[in-house]
Amino acid sequence: MSNITNQSLSEILESIKSKKISSLELTQAYIKNIENAKKLNAFVTTTFDQALENAKKFDNKPNNEHLLSGIPLAVKDLFCTENVKTTAGSNILNNFVPSYESTVTKNLWNNGAFLLGKLNCDEFAMGSSNETSFFGNVINPIGDHLVPGGSSGGSSSALAADLTPATIGTDTGGSIRQPASFTGTVGLKPTYGLCSRWGIVAFASSLDQAGPMTKTVNDCSIMLEAMSGFDEKDSTSINKKKESYSKNLKDNIKGLKIGIPKEYRVDNMPKEIDELWEKGKKILKDLGAQLIDISLPHTKYALPTYYIVAPAEASSNLARYDGVRYGYRSQKGKDLIEMYENTRSEGFGDEVKRRILIGTYVLSSGYYDAYYLKAQKVRQLIKKDFDDSFTKVDAILTPSTPSSAFKIGEKTNDPVSMYLNDIFTVPVNLAGLPALSLPAGLDKQGYPLGLQLIGKALDEQKILNIGYAFEKNCGYKNEIKKWWS
Amino acid sequence: MSLDKEKIKHVAKLARISVDEAKVDSLTKDLNSIFKFIEQLNELNTDKVEPLTSILNQSLRSRKDEISDGKIREKILKNSPKKNEEFFVVPKVVE
Repeated sequence: MSNITNQSLSEILESIKSKKISSLELTQAYIKNIENAKKLNAFVTTTFDQALENAKKFDNKPNNEHLLSGIPLAVKDLFCTENVKTTAGSNILNNFVPSYESTVTKNLWNNGAFLLGKLNCDEFAMGSSNETSFFGNVINPIGDHLVPGGSSGGSSSALAADLTPATIGTDTGGSIRQPASFTGTVGLKPTYGLCSRWGIVAFASSLDQAGPMTKTVNDCSIMLEAMSGFDEKDSTSINKKKESYSKNLKDNIKGLKIGIPKEYRVDNMPKEIDELWEKGKKILKDLGAQLIDISLPHTKYALPTYYIVAPAEASSNLARYDGVRYGYRSQKGKDLIEMYENTRSEGFGDEVKRRILIGTYVLSSGYYDAYYLKAQKVRQLIKKDFDDSFTKVDAILTPSTPSSAFKIGEKTNDPVSMYLNDIFTVPVNLAGLPALSLPAGLDKQGYPLGLQLIGKALDEQKILNIGYAFEKNCGYKNEIKKWWS
Repeated sequence: MSLDKEKIKHVAKLARISVDEAKVDSLTKDLNSIFKFIEQLNELNTDKVEPLTSILNQSLRSRKDEISDGKIREKILKNSPKKNEEFFVVPKVVE
């Protein structure tokens, strides 16, 4: 049983069901892996005692009727967990212990899973490399000098290093898909409104969406099924019947129309990314899908639009951190205003402060029309590009990122070059669509590269099906040498 | 347009973030490069475009005006950095 943690979530579920392994043995195996992987810095908090207790409880009275029966799971530290510290990777929440549970994590626990620990992430999910976390950067198991992507970098690192059988992240501009791509794992950003935002530390409310990160597409469908669903407590939650994504997973994609957007071939894109895209097209074509050239003409304006909308919403959302009701409070300052200013200056890191300032500026009197209103208009054009294309195609295939994992420190001095990493993922958030990143190959250095499938709103099943067929025929296998233990 | 140091200090005041004088130069440089990037949007004519305010095809739900929560004062106060029995405590605001 020494290699149970190498397996996919669905294989582990099978082993639990057939009693080949107990939930306690499984949990102990992950704890051992986590203790041996401190170098990766993937965890902010571990909840081992609580996990062992829950595993024993399950083994005493196994109930295998749930989607995630007996499964320990670590989650991004952006999800509020009752009585377990939730930091969002920030000093300002370093001592915050929620008295409530986020809807999405509650859904996982109601489906039989239990918490193993909280995973490191970029501060308030603002970053593409997990280097903005107050708790230090996370290391990519692919190589000790590489970033794991971000903002869900602790999630991608822990998953690829076998520290959790599956996990969840959040995706505001690519924060699930880019780290999945950098670690050779599967990541899905669901349709805006499919998973409740209640109890997730807010970044940009019109873009934020939680989603699964897994080793296989089947695992991804199980996790999505478990975590999604209508929630009264989120005013933007979509009220629809729950789907059985895993039961309905099919690998027949014959006749499906796949759009190939010409605007995703950007200047200076490494040849390998282009070749990977070609490989992906060929796989889908050989499976009977039809490739159709499409145009998403406003693609290049997606990132500039995002860097108005997201900071604007962030500056409003983060106004709540005032050092009064919860979180860090500075001891400096002679009056209330100075207390606020010092609390926020000491509590937030540089990237978060930068974005709050951008957001405050674009919303400030005299500049609102030039920036925020302009961005909302361009966002309309970006959404319309997708709406028009989806009258002709079932899904869209693009690269997930313009490069493989980069080196720690490589982009920290140039915010714009860091932002450009999200060039292929951001348009989807602006349009509220679902998108799946799939491991598809390696570059010449041996680092993973991903391809992205974008679907119509609420068409998760279709992109999962295409991904499932793709995965079976791609021949990608993540073989990570455990250099850290 | 470019942002000068004074403007940045003003915005920081609005955002209630004190900015370290030593960091103003690098902040100015970073923010200007970001705004240069953002201002690509000016290439587009959007005069006839409606702004997108919600990505959902549904209007926000309303609920009955009933209390669904409450009596959780202790929970709410639990994480406060400074409290006095039932209250949050802040530095003195009225002389």
